[in-house]
Amino acid sequence: MSDDSKTRGLLGWIDARFPFTKLWEEHAAKYYAPKNFNFWYYFGSLAIFVLVLQVLTGIWLTMYYKPSAEHAFASVEYIMRDVQWGWLIRYLHSTGASAFFIVIYLHMFRGLLYGSYRKPRELLWLVGMMIYAILMAEAFFGYLLPWGQMSYWGAQVITSLFGAVPAIGEKLMIWIRGDYTISDVTLNRFFALHVAAMPLLIVLLVVVHLIALHEVGSNNPDGIDIKRHKDANDLPLDGIPFHPYYTVKDMVGVTVFLIVFALVVFYSPSMLGLFLEPENFEPANPLKTPEHIAPVWYFTPFYSILRCVPDKLWGVVALGASIFVLFLLPWLDRGKVRSVRYRGRGFKIALALFVIAVLVLGHLGAKPPTPGRNLVARICAVLYFGYFAFLWIYTFFDLEKTKLEPERVTTGSVKWIPKSIQWPRFGKTKREPERVSPK
Amino acid sequence: MKPEGADLRRRRLLTGAAGVVGGVGVAYTAVPFLSYWQPSVQAEAAAAPVEVDISKLEPGQKIDVDWRGKPIWVFRRTQEELDTLPKLNGLLRDPHSEVSTQQPAYCQNLPRSIKPEYGVMVGICTHLGCIPLYQPKPGSVDDEWLGGFFCPCHGSKYDLAGRVYKGVPAPLNLAVPPYWYPSESRIIIGEHQEKGGAS
Repeated sequence: MSDDSKTRGLLGWIDARFPFTKLWEEHAAKYYAPKNFNFWYYFGSLAIFVLVLQVLTGIWLTMYYKPSAEHAFASVEYIMRDVQWGWLIRYLHSTGASAFFIVIYLHMFRGLLYGSYRKPRELLWLVGMMIYAILMAEAFFGYLLPWGQMSYWGAQVITSLFGAVPAIGEKLMIWIRGDYTISDVTLNRFFALHVAAMPLLIVLLVVVHLIALHEVGSNNPDGIDIKRHKDANDLPLDGIPFHPYYTVKDMVGVTVFLIVFALVVFYSPSMLGLFLEPENFEPANPLKTPEHIAPVWYFTPFYSILRCVPDKLWGVVALGASIFVLFLLPWLDRGKVRSVRYRGRGFKIALALFVIAVLVLGHLGAKPPTPGRNLVARICAVLYFGYFAFLWIYTFFDLEKTKLEPERVTTGSVKWIPKSIQWPRFGKTKREPERVSPK
Repeated sequence: MKPEGADLRRRRLLTGAAGVVGGVGVAYTAVPFLSYWQPSVQAEAAAAPVEVDISKLEPGQKIDVDWRGKPIWVFRRTQEELDTLPKLNGLLRDPHSEVSTQQPAYCQNLPRSIKPEYGVMVGICTHLGCIPLYQPKPGSVDDEWLGGFFCPCHGSKYDLAGRVYKGVPAPLNLAVPPYWYPSESRIIIGEHQEKGGAS
């Protein structure tokens, strides 16, 4: 470290003992991210924001919540009615759960769009997928805690899935529940997992995710490597420091997110039964199943896949496979380019069909099953898995006709927005001249 | 960030403005999170004033009432007991109840009560929170004892008006809660008489 970069005073004292400035520079002030990030790049930082929100409101909820079959439902009602601002803290948490999945799904879709899972970001994608899987477990455990009818029967159905495992299924199911049915014991262990084990794992994996990202560098909407063109100081010509450029951009994202989020929290916290299901305003009753059981919206695509298979074991296998296949993406996709911008028409059509299939499956999963709906669900399930099969065949046998990737990232204006109202492009404003290339 | 060519004044203004607006937002958001720790509506309801019927309380008797989880003594003093109070003044730390936090203004008098006969007091020793014993009989604690309250934990002594003796660990007189008489034989503990009510 040269002398002029040495910190002084209190910061210098800390830096001599802890790499504070080093960490700050590595991960923010001197982390060079591509300058062409667009709308889709808000959702990573938003996911961290929602995580913090969930941890904070979650800690606050545990201050009054009682994890016992006898008191859980009443304690939630107590929080809603008697605790000062309890309704707000709880609605922030319940809306935050759905917001978390919206943000994560958009974040994952960004990866599909721009090939962010491709080499060298395979591990980054795997860690992200692990976070997603644990987040699903976290949401599932949390949903039992209010001890409403849907909490109870949802947990009943999902834990019963493990009963489909050959030979040990029945014993496994009882082991998970800690009883012969969903009971006080189950509630208590789900509480422990929801408030301690899963959040710790998520926070840890988010740190790993960020370290992995900063090791390989961010992808970008053009899917090309910005490290190929560097200036005299070995900095990527198309990179800008994460701080202040992207911290400021992400603050705009957080602000817009909060406006939408607040509208839901204050005006429609149950989101017409999507975020908080009406059946869950009734206390759990082990002797009466609600007329129609559906998981919360973020699980419905996978629930549809489970339900459309007319066999218990194979349904569970299909459900597991639908999540597991996402882990394999980096090795299924062998395309020559990363970004959808330069990929073949086949890829674009396949991705569009995949998105439609997921949306339709999600819609059907929230509705009672009928023969007609089952048929549609089966078609969509085939489309879902078909995407991955197609992607492998398409790229492995080199059937894709790609467009030529640009040498440098493109920051062109968006065609369908009038130029007069577009944000000035990075490096093209009068006051901030583009960094001069040493060529 | 490159300072050359940048409009630093404009940058400072925008940074400052964004910081202030964001700070105000965070401050507003903190309110629900901090208020959440306050007693809930249920806890406040449990802390509501309590009404006590004293029609069956004979001279020399004491009853304990629960208000906000604290023991409140309501006791009836005999004339002889009241006569002992002025004699003790020299032995007490605060004989004229001058520490205003220990009783409402309307109880800053010799028996530290609205009606001399009836004492109403928070039965918690001002030393470390034990509950003193009711020892009305003269000579029951020591030879000079004229009747009062004796804390078994660390030996603090109070007279029958809850006034603390000198030379004991307790620093203050026993607290008198706010209370009032809605009628001759009833006391409401936990609130002052509303303004404009009968005497």
